[in-house]
Amino acid sequence: MNYAPHTEEDIAQMEAAVGIADVEELFADIPAKYRLAQLPDIPAPLSEQETIALLNGLSRKNILPHLTLTGAGAYHHFIPAVVGHIINRAEFYTAYTPYQAEISQGILQAIYEYQTMIAHLTGMEIANASMYDGASAMAEAAVLSAKTLNRSKIIIARSVHPEYRAVVRTYCWSNSYEVCEIPFNQTGQIDLDLLQKELAENVAAVLVQSPNFFGVIEDIAPLAEAVHSFGAMLVAAFTDGTALGILKPAGESGADFVVGEGQSFGNPLNYGGPYLGIFAAREKFLRRIPGRLVGATVDKNGRRGFVLTLQTREQHIRREKATSNICSNEALCALAAGVYLATLGKNLQKLAALNVQKTQYLKKQLLGIPGWKEVFTAPVYNEFAVSCPDARLVNEKLKKEGIVGAYELPKSYPELKNALLFCATEMVSKEDIDRVVDIVKGAL
Amino acid sequence: MELIFEKSRPGRGAGCIPASDVAAINIEAVIDRKYLRTELDLPEVAEVDLIRHYTNLSRRNFGLDLGFYPLGSCTMKYNPKVNENAAALPGFTGLHPYAGDEWAQGNLQLMDEMQQYLCNIFGMAEFTLQPAAGAHGEFAGMMMIKKYFEKKGEKRHRILIPDAAHGTNPASGALCGFETVTLRSNNEGGVDIDHLKSLMTEDVAALMLTNPNTLGLFERNIEEVSRIIHEKGGLLYADGANANAFLGITRPGDLGFDVIQLNLHKTFSTPHGGGGPGSGPVGVGKVLVDYLPVPRIVKTDDGYRWSEDFPYSIGRVRAFYGNFNVIVKAYAYIRSLGAEGLKHATQMAVLNANYIKEKLKPYFDLPYDRVCMHECVFSGSRQVEENGIHTTDIAKRLIDFGYHPPTIYFPLIVPEAIMIEPTETESKETLDAFCQAMIIISREARENPQRLKDAPLSTEVSRLDEVLAARKPDVCWKKS
Repeated sequence: MNYAPHTEEDIAQMEAAVGIADVEELFADIPAKYRLAQLPDIPAPLSEQETIALLNGLSRKNILPHLTLTGAGAYHHFIPAVVGHIINRAEFYTAYTPYQAEISQGILQAIYEYQTMIAHLTGMEIANASMYDGASAMAEAAVLSAKTLNRSKIIIARSVHPEYRAVVRTYCWSNSYEVCEIPFNQTGQIDLDLLQKELAENVAAVLVQSPNFFGVIEDIAPLAEAVHSFGAMLVAAFTDGTALGILKPAGESGADFVVGEGQSFGNPLNYGGPYLGIFAAREKFLRRIPGRLVGATVDKNGRRGFVLTLQTREQHIRREKATSNICSNEALCALAAGVYLATLGKNLQKLAALNVQKTQYLKKQLLGIPGWKEVFTAPVYNEFAVSCPDARLVNEKLKKEGIVGAYELPKSYPELKNALLFCATEMVSKEDIDRVVDIVKGAL
Repeated sequence: MELIFEKSRPGRGAGCIPASDVAAINIEAVIDRKYLRTELDLPEVAEVDLIRHYTNLSRRNFGLDLGFYPLGSCTMKYNPKVNENAAALPGFTGLHPYAGDEWAQGNLQLMDEMQQYLCNIFGMAEFTLQPAAGAHGEFAGMMMIKKYFEKKGEKRHRILIPDAAHGTNPASGALCGFETVTLRSNNEGGVDIDHLKSLMTEDVAALMLTNPNTLGLFERNIEEVSRIIHEKGGLLYADGANANAFLGITRPGDLGFDVIQLNLHKTFSTPHGGGGPGSGPVGVGKVLVDYLPVPRIVKTDDGYRWSEDFPYSIGRVRAFYGNFNVIVKAYAYIRSLGAEGLKHATQMAVLNANYIKEKLKPYFDLPYDRVCMHECVFSGSRQVEENGIHTTDIAKRLIDFGYHPPTIYFPLIVPEAIMIEPTETESKETLDAFCQAMIIISREARENPQRLKDAPLSTEVSRLDEVLAARKPDVCWKKS
């Protein structure tokens, strides 16, 4: 394919206008010995027909499951048709960042509405226009807390997603902050006693997740109280936003920052990305938070309009003194989330309740199998941990039937032997669950 | 236009939820009431009104498919539609990141080949596709440099950044704890070699260089720059934002760069989505391979798999593997163009930029009058002095002619900067019409300056009060 429209005549005319005989002359500033004599080694060009055939072939080398019972930070939810129709409008997806507000009112207003919905859902006063993903949003909240308080220690619950913890460690290492992990107890929640022992005046932030990696709902209010008594920040994360349809948002229980993964709001699994980093905060941090912010204002005729605002926080103005280096974010995923949330409206509550019902049914059926036990005792949303005689065998058996089974917890928690983390969203039917139980029973 | 919240009516709604096929349970019986929320205030809008709301919003948005978008440093080239179709294939969109490597062999092969193509195009030893955007890639690249010196047992505190650099460079360096020192440009718009020599010490970890730089100029002394940095044990970092200027022409790895971050949403045609998602792969030379983020793809006799078994890695910079769906689009682009197509794209991008430069030179100040690469930077200084017209007025007036304005007021070293990057996918007729509009505007600046100050005159809203937005921030709607 060639997407450059130049005819030979165009090229000749343009070369003449520039005053050159050959395009090659334009590259004279590159020292001759560094100019490639041979083209880079890449397969030969393809027509559109060949391109789509090639990509189709690659996509078919993947095995598409009939059913996915893994959540663990990425969730298979139904996406209403309107979401795709809107985000596939080229006026949205072929635009750059809305630097010129007068011709970007569409995305600016949509993001302002998104910020409003996220602030409400998380129980916070403000939300930004998006971050890369839930993990990097959490890491940015940790760094922001340390910088704001001029403290250098970050505490993170071991019940936080293992990859989120890894990303927090990377960001903290680069900033020379110490990271300390607090274990969970038999309820599956963070061990509050151990947390209290670890809290001190040098702690900038405590990072928790609710529902946590085990699906367990954390009790945020007492955590906030403990953390605040040392003047530290509480950062509460979530990985499946649909939980906010029924769960009390961490903002209402005293969190300083609520961060999370917004993939569940209208974005496909996409093998892990692009996803949507959510970042919500108390109003007092408005001028310190990372990322773009859309604000309402008026034009010179008094009409309401929207602009990127408080840009003096950002890297293109403040350079090394910026609150973050983030520039591109995940605007189109945020647009998808806004459309999704506007489509569901109050039905998000019903959807969340349906997730709980499916999950409780799956849990009850699995715990009916001899040798299967609940790992934790605290309430869960749409994921739960169970132990069984041979976790790997269960997944092998499910795989043979075209089912992506549960997340094997020993991969990141060696202490949880033979424990499986199951997830049941609205996409899982009773029939599916009964079949899964039959397959699993046959495995043992 | 009304907000979606203002269109909401209690009891109306779009998305309906399937009836439960499992036993009904009382939620409070399984989740303690103290964990449950008491109100959920989301919009209640009928589907037809919702579609009209967002469709009408889209009509207030200017995308590349509507017209010329010469936004400098952003490489707003056409986003081929076949790439969108490829990325939407269910085999790519439907897989869970933890499905397991056996399920994802197509994805892994695609990512592995993509890394190999990027290595070949840029002359690097290895690539990671994990970072989510260019600035995220910069951060990953700078962390690898930090780790490299940590492993060597050297403490280096400073990094050098040219005054023309993108703001993300110093911000990314600062995130790694480096003190940034500004390197001056010379009167040709290149690195001031004497200044570089005076700054380069064994306390300097790296020079972050954009080449061609943000003036669209190639660093003629790159060989000497590389020698000065490496002689003192430093590393050379390439900001690949401007990579569209040299595909198939030269390779940063050959020029002495140790690490480069790319922007697939610029150079490799993936759409920018109104602000993202992007994708920011990072390529490294041999000296930095050990420090790449994990997981990395490993090829075995049984196929591809992910491995975290790299003890010196900087770790992870995000969850999962990268913005996979964006990578699919860039992969399709590279395969459909091939090496000659990529080189032709660069040649036409550079020809287009020089053509605009020559056509507009008589009408606007050109602070660095030499052959440019993929973009050219004018200054609106003449219009300020002679007509009291600023670059922002010129930009806003361009909107009335149906164009997205160029990047303005950047780079910072050019007063009243107008940074024009046409890309290769624009025809001579488009460039001629754009230049004609710029020439008309330069005349209007003399003859009818008020029209420029009032611009844009054709949009739903006129110029917005940014001072008010910052002084009385309103970032979330509240019911009045």
